[in-house]
Amino acid sequence: MTTAAEHIDPAVRAEALASLLIERGLVDQATMNNFIKTYELSVGPMNGAKVVARAWTDPEYRERLLADGTAAIAELGFRGPQGEHIVVLENTPELHNVVVCTLCSCYPWPVLGLPPSWYKDPSYRSRIVREPRTVLAEFGLELGDDVAIRVVDSSSEVRYMVLPMRPAGTEGFSEEELAALVTRDAMVGVAEAVAP
Amino acid sequence: MTGPGGHADPAYLLDSSGPAAPPRDNGELVFAAPWESRAFGLALALNDVGAIEWEAFRQALIREIGDWEAAHPSGEGWSYYECWLRALERTASARGLVDPRALDERAALLAARPAGHDHAGHDREGHRHHGHEHDLHNGSPSHP
Repeated sequence: MTTAAEHIDPAVRAEALASLLIERGLVDQATMNNFIKTYELSVGPMNGAKVVARAWTDPEYRERLLADGTAAIAELGFRGPQGEHIVVLENTPELHNVVVCTLCSCYPWPVLGLPPSWYKDPSYRSRIVREPRTVLAEFGLELGDDVAIRVVDSSSEVRYMVLPMRPAGTEGFSEEELAALVTRDAMVGVAEAVAP
Repeated sequence: MTGPGGHADPAYLLDSSGPAAPPRDNGELVFAAPWESRAFGLALALNDVGAIEWEAFRQALIREIGDWEAAHPSGEGWSYYECWLRALERTASARGLVDPRALDERAALLAARPAGHDHAGHDREGHRHHGHEHDLHNGSPSHP
């Protein structure tokens, strides 16, 4: 389709496509709305934050999570599209992981929801690979020279999520209190968990 | 740490600034415009009923993004969901779900509506002009 229609406002094109598919009975508005509402309101980084908080407080869960992310995440009830093969990578004092999808915007929806705009941006997708330390510094994350950075590229086979380090001074925190320290950015690897 | 501002449940769940309170984390909405959410919901609904294969859609998306980036080295004018929509149009056409010409005609028809029926930027209101009325704030719409 290299036609004039491609120059029509995308809002109109989306409406045209939806109306034809609805008329054919292939989709209905209610199903579409349910998907939209689910990802606008219910599925988001708070899911991943609960996973991280559990891993911080339960060593056996942490081991299961690192061995089979999808299964351990499903234990907490989080599953669904784009979550079939989630691999969880653990940050350590020596190694910092950061996630990108260079080709499109693969992202572990069940634990992080839909990706933020910067994750989809061509600039992030190319620069984080070429100059990760600089890009992380732009996010406000200054890593020492003794910390290695590993950039992992998501794909159709694997969606990555970062297990950030537990902040100091959180001994005795409940899982709920810990989860509140875990941001989306920390689970993508462009930030650390928030210090209390 | 509790929800900033100390909101009580369930308002806390919708708090836009709490560290663990996204999808709207960092003040950013999941969708920047209603048509983006429509394109998103359409792809998931088609996948859900098996009308498209997600991997085929993903490959189409990769192609659209690659083509766009090759044609726009400065990155100016980038829209992820425009690539998403084009990928969906191509995937739906390739699967025979829509006729590309019928799609062009429908788009031209809708684009030619008089002012006031223009959906750009406020197409949730627009649903009501076309008999697709539904309550977007209701988790279980009963329509159609």
